[in-house]
Amino acid sequence: MDTSIWRPIIYLVCFMAFAGLNAAYLGWCERKGAGRIQRRTGPMEVGFHGLLQPLADGLKLMTKQLLVPEGVDQILFRIAPILAMIPALTSMVVIPFSDNIQGRAVELSVLMLFALASIGMIAILIGGWASANKYAVISAARAVSQNLAYEIPMLLTVITIVMITGSMNLQDIAMDQQGGFWHWNIFRFDKSIFMPVSFLIFFICSVAETNRAPFDMAEAESELIAGFMTEYGSMGFGLFMMGEYLNIVVGACLTTILFLGGWSCPFGLFPGVWWFLIKIYILIFTFIWVRWTYPRTQVYKLLNLSWKILIPFSMVNLLVTAAFIKVF
Amino acid sequence: MQEFICQTSANPSLFSAEGFVGLIFLVTIGLIVAGALVATCARRLVRSVAGLALCFTGVAGMYYFLLAPFVAMMQMLIYVGAVAILIAFAIMMATPEEGDLPGRRISALAGPLGFATGALLFAALTVLAIRTPWQVFPREGSADMKHIGTVLLTSHSMVFELISIVLLIAIIGALVLARRGRN
Repeated sequence: MDTSIWRPIIYLVCFMAFAGLNAAYLGWCERKGAGRIQRRTGPMEVGFHGLLQPLADGLKLMTKQLLVPEGVDQILFRIAPILAMIPALTSMVVIPFSDNIQGRAVELSVLMLFALASIGMIAILIGGWASANKYAVISAARAVSQNLAYEIPMLLTVITIVMITGSMNLQDIAMDQQGGFWHWNIFRFDKSIFMPVSFLIFFICSVAETNRAPFDMAEAESELIAGFMTEYGSMGFGLFMMGEYLNIVVGACLTTILFLGGWSCPFGLFPGVWWFLIKIYILIFTFIWVRWTYPRTQVYKLLNLSWKILIPFSMVNLLVTAAFIKVF
Repeated sequence: MQEFICQTSANPSLFSAEGFVGLIFLVTIGLIVAGALVATCARRLVRSVAGLALCFTGVAGMYYFLLAPFVAMMQMLIYVGAVAILIAFAIMMATPEEGDLPGRRISALAGPLGFATGALLFAALTVLAIRTPWQVFPREGSADMKHIGTVLLTSHSMVFELISIVLLIAIIGALVLARRGRN
């Protein structure tokens, strides 16, 4: 089966479908969630409870004219949305959805996810700069400084997990946490007493890395219009949005695998892909919940939080974990 | 990938495994060369940085091709994710409205002399590459992370220590420079 040509084709089609459906329907979920939290109903007109709304939106985006404003950098302006989409889609390949559902078993899959994420940053930077719009440039600079700042505590937290498991393979990390929620990395007090806190740090960082509220300084509507996407219309904008939602999915998958036991069941019963999906959608719901509950922070507070609180704490956590592993 | 390296025939067809690997190799080379050309020839600085990032990606592909996935990932993470982005940052902070740079010409001799130097260097390197009796060294361990870690902390610990000193000096230097601008 492993050498058959059908396996990559089936995986490719399934991942594309998974990615497309998620990108479309997370938009719907977000609008519904926002509506409910603000005591509205959200989209209701198109289909039952607005279920066909993503289809209508997609059709609208695809049939619109692709406008390229005058004065933009023609090539970079067109490349940027594609670059925003590629890493999010490619990341799906290494994520273990279950013990036997994984596109490709890569030994260094954790590193690979972060290496791909760096392409996403380039996309934002290029897109913002190529737009030749001062709001877009400011937004791109903000987004990238934020991403750089939050990547450090995120990687430090990942290193503690890698030290505990002794592997950079996501599948091994998930395997290591099988059999009941007390085996999950978040509750492993025998490896470090700070594990729940480091889960929190990782979650905060993944919210910040995906430029979501309360850390959406890059798209602060009141200051920067739509940030680096200001000049994009039709499917260019659509690709940026899809990339953003896919990054949320990838972030939730990574959090689930690193801290919440991947595809294992909390009580040791029927481990499988369904548990993985339940966990990631709970996390994604939390993303939406946080976004519509907390107001936006300021860019200074945002950077202070990372450099003055999260990074020192993750370093201490790294040392504590190393000491625990050495002693016990 | 491992098994493709061992068996090489003189003229593999494109649709065989070796042929496909060769195609990937050529694509990687193409990425590197195209990136380098964009980086040097582009008039706009941000395009140069984009070319540089492309070139780094190609180099990462080359490392992956040489069975060193760890180095390839690090190349992406450090060079594309940090170095290229910091350069782009510096450019955006310094000259947000640069437009097209005018083509400067220092002297009439600059072009021909530069070309001659380049051609000479290329010829010399070609001769060297063809004349040298290349030895194939046996592979020393594997390029996986465990091996790299063990080697870095035992036989090559000096390199490891020196790199950390270089990083320390860089951090102190950055602090000194940043402090000087404060008042």
